[in-house]
Amino acid sequence: MRFVLRRCIFYLVTAWAAVTVNFVIPRVMPGDPVQALINRYQGQLSTDAVESLYALFGLDPDASIWSQYVDYWGRLFAGDLGLSFTFFPTPVADVILQSLPWTVALVGVASVLSFAVGTLIGVMIGWRRGTWADGILPVTAFLSAVPYFWLGLIAIMLLAVTWPVFPTSGGYDGGLVPGLYPEFIGSALWHSILPAGTVVISSVAGWILGMRNMMVTVSSEDYVTVAQAKGLPERQVMFGYAARNAVLPQVSGFALSLGFIVSGTLVMEMVFSYPGVGFVLYQATGGQDYPLMQGIFLIITLAVLVANMLADVAYVLLDPRTRQEA
Amino acid sequence: MTPEPVLEIRDLAVDYGYGASPVHALRGVSLTLHKGEVLGIAGESGCGKSTLVYAATRLLPPPGVIVGGEVRFHGDDGPVDILRMTDQELRAARWQDTAIVFQGAMNSLNPVYRVGRQLTDAIAAHRPGSSRAEREERARELLTMVGIAPERIRAFPHQLSGGMRQRVMIAMAMALEPKVLILDEPTTALDVVMQRQILEQVMELRDRLGFSVVFITHDVSLLIEVADHIAIMYAGEIVEQARASEVYRQPRHPYSHGLLHSFPPLHGPRRPLAGIPGSPPDLQALPSGCPFSPRCPEAMDVCTDVHPDLGPTAAAEPGRRVACLLHTEGRTLPASLSV
Amino acid sequence: MSVIPVDAAAAPVDPAAVAATRRRLLFLRNGKSRLGIAILLGFAVLAVIGPWIAPYDPSALSRDVLQAPSGAHWMGTTHTGQDVFSQILVGTRGVLVVGMIAGVVATALAVLVGVSSGFLGGLADEILSALANIFLVIPALPLVIIITGQLPDAGGITVALVLAFTSWGWGARVLRAQTLSLRKRDFVEAARANGESTWRIVWFETLPNLTAVIAASFVGTVTFAILSQVTLAFIGVTSISDWNWGTILFWAQSNQALARGAWWWFVPAGLCIALLGTAFTLINFGIDEFVNPRLRLAGASARSLRRRGIVPRIGFTAVVRDTGCPPSGPALDRPALALSKEATR
Ligand SMILES: Nc1ncnc2c1ncn2[C@@H]1O[C@H](COP(=O)(O)OP(=O)(O)OP(=O)(O)O)[C@@H](O)[C@H]1O
Ligand SMILES: [Mg+2]
Repeated sequence: MRFVLRRCIFYLVTAWAAVTVNFVIPRVMPGDPVQALINRYQGQLSTDAVESLYALFGLDPDASIWSQYVDYWGRLFAGDLGLSFTFFPTPVADVILQSLPWTVALVGVASVLSFAVGTLIGVMIGWRRGTWADGILPVTAFLSAVPYFWLGLIAIMLLAVTWPVFPTSGGYDGGLVPGLYPEFIGSALWHSILPAGTVVISSVAGWILGMRNMMVTVSSEDYVTVAQAKGLPERQVMFGYAARNAVLPQVSGFALSLGFIVSGTLVMEMVFSYPGVGFVLYQATGGQDYPLMQGIFLIITLAVLVANMLADVAYVLLDPRTRQEA
Repeated sequence: MTPEPVLEIRDLAVDYGYGASPVHALRGVSLTLHKGEVLGIAGESGCGKSTLVYAATRLLPPPGVIVGGEVRFHGDDGPVDILRMTDQELRAARWQDTAIVFQGAMNSLNPVYRVGRQLTDAIAAHRPGSSRAEREERARELLTMVGIAPERIRAFPHQLSGGMRQRVMIAMAMALEPKVLILDEPTTALDVVMQRQILEQVMELRDRLGFSVVFITHDVSLLIEVADHIAIMYAGEIVEQARASEVYRQPRHPYSHGLLHSFPPLHGPRRPLAGIPGSPPDLQALPSGCPFSPRCPEAMDVCTDVHPDLGPTAAAEPGRRVACLLHTEGRTLPASLSV
Repeated sequence: MSVIPVDAAAAPVDPAAVAATRRRLLFLRNGKSRLGIAILLGFAVLAVIGPWIAPYDPSALSRDVLQAPSGAHWMGTTHTGQDVFSQILVGTRGVLVVGMIAGVVATALAVLVGVSSGFLGGLADEILSALANIFLVIPALPLVIIITGQLPDAGGITVALVLAFTSWGWGARVLRAQTLSLRKRDFVEAARANGESTWRIVWFETLPNLTAVIAASFVGTVTFAILSQVTLAFIGVTSISDWNWGTILFWAQSNQALARGAWWWFVPAGLCIALLGTAFTLINFGIDEFVNPRLRLAGASARSLRRRGIVPRIGFTAVVRDTGCPPSGPALDRPALALSKEATR
């Protein structure tokens, strides 16, 4: 229980830190990007928008930092992240809510798939070391070094432009109205194959390598030799004894690299113009839409924290030692 | 009654390292274990005791590699060479023929499985006909046998003390009532009382079931007490082999003599304690001739040139073998080895 | 206690082996890391001389618009007739400089936080490791985007510092785990018992033994920084006027290089990134095998094992009866074996 409690405290602190970073950054940045923005949108910004900008960026000279901070938290709890410029006058929260499901689905499927496939391959080559399987390692080194987005570009070039098998961009067929009906879902799945596939290919190498090294390390533990001495079937020793223990650091690694994978997927969405948060972030950076950028940072961080908690739960279920009462 | 052999090790040679200059950790070791006998192996740390039993069971981890010899196991249908077995044959034979309790039983249990599961999975693998309830029952019985409450079957290894883990390992080794039980310093984490208790338990079972035991320990006095035969190893070779009582009364190798005199005897007359000067040799750079010669108080000139083989003692005592040039014909044994 | 137990990188470090690093950089004998270092050196040379040997001014427009690779333009040209090869050459420096600066700063931060939290223990440890974990969990890219997006000038150095600031968490975590395991070692305990000051112990007893781990963390951070920097440039968050491999991809993407089939515009830059990244990963392979002796195959190449028919398996010891070499006798002291011997002592 102590483990769970510690983790909960950690997540609360991290969430607080993310929010506070979000609050502090615009206030400590040199220059005055907001004034520049207001000037640029001269006349087009409603008083509403200007006001939300003031609150967000602390341009209100009368309010003390502390009251601004309290005010900021208040808005946050009310779900108010300000107004987006790019999609003016849609509130940031709405823009994000619309695009979040796409990202969650893409990241969720791609990262779990890549984790599972990579871990399994890692088990195989870690278990049979000193054979031809070790030859996979340099390939994984290359794959893990390729930037996600570039692999995306290559995938588009080969599979969408040169041999037009898959669509080049978008999350669904433009002619369809989003909704939960078979045709739309089919189209969405079809559009997600290329982005998800590229995320899997570029992230799988890390899992292969990590699991392979852990397998090699764990295999020299006494309990694996004991399992062999008992004459258990090969599969039981390999999965039940070696892999079962080697996967533990892999799971905590999964939690820790989620932020990295999500970052990669965001860029992938930019390349594929996929209607997720990443593509919105891309549009926001293009339009210097600070409220939207900050909102996205916050939501993504919170989403990663939630995913982390899930990984922790998995860890607790997998490792009896964490369940020990303190 | 001539004792039947169960396990015969012939000229076993083991290297560590796959490269061009491996460590020759065992060089031509021969040893026979008879039915129902307790064979003790003694020697300084690093002399290759664990290597010997691991190699004989083909459990030696990389970079260990067996480079010669044979290990004949006499099962119900004639002798088989363990070193020539296929993986499947080996798997099927393991734990039924030979079970082993590893040195440092602390890490021998899988930390994520309950003790019960680890006790039963071997039974399930070898007795596919058994029911789950039967296996559980057997696991409880085994735990009780080593003095652990049967409810602990639901415990995870980290919830047990070091000594309890060792006892679980001993229980696990007994699960299939193997023909040969190998104990590699099985009781190092136990207090003296518990140590005796467990050993007595094992010996009692042996009397009842008639299996054979290979027992490795640093406690020479304990070894002499429980073992029928003793093999003394030095730097990857066996230097003396005899009945326990004989070795105790009259060691025939200078190294055995030194080893016996570096421990206080548990029973019997007190005798002066003396260590062995110097330290074990580097297996990578063994001295020529007899490996013990640099430390030997009785070393002669030939000892640095000629490598002694295991052979009869000067007095040609039956069942006794020694690897020392002092025992070649025409030499007189020093007083310490000849009484 | 670490928040999440057991790290791959926290595998036992062998002090003797680590001490050996200092003496003769043994990991350089590892084929993989040697290849990695060779590639890295190649790029480093390009970073220095690139701008001089570039055949064209990378920004100069010309009439050879969107040309496929040819003798005049080895990597073809852009839609305004700029020479892609020259852009790659000139861009190498920016990529390496930013990566190195970010790597150095982040590693310094990681050492500072990781070693102190491992050494101080107690509340300080709790706070510092929580801090490292926070930076690890927060997705770096959106954070970097909001920071650089709001900076008036996001040039190379600024980007390097921002990246360093957001990427030190991993190194700190690994170093903390290592420090914790070192702290329990005899030689550190002995130094303590002798009454040496904490800082002396850290500086002279601990840090030297962390060299390999620090190196691994440095290499990892540089890789991460290079990938991130290129990504940021590609998105267009950072200054697009400096040439680096990411800016080439930015221009390629914003001018529909894909749709126009101008593969030469974005393939070389990506390959360079991948090649550089591979070099770093290979170096880390070497360091990994060095730090964790279990990953080594005791002085043998996979090929020689296959030739002798040895499969290094747990639980099924290989039996070889090729009595090619006579047993015993003083053996040659080969470096690989010398190391594995040390490891078993
Ligand atoms: N992986 C290895 N590489 C090289 N040499 C090794 C390796 N493992 C063991 N050795 C060497 O083999 C010799 C025998 O080791 P072994 O573990 O069999 O000794 P032991 O007699 O069981 O000692 P102890 O009583 O301490 O358990 C030792 O000298 C050791 O240095
Ligand atoms: Mg041993």
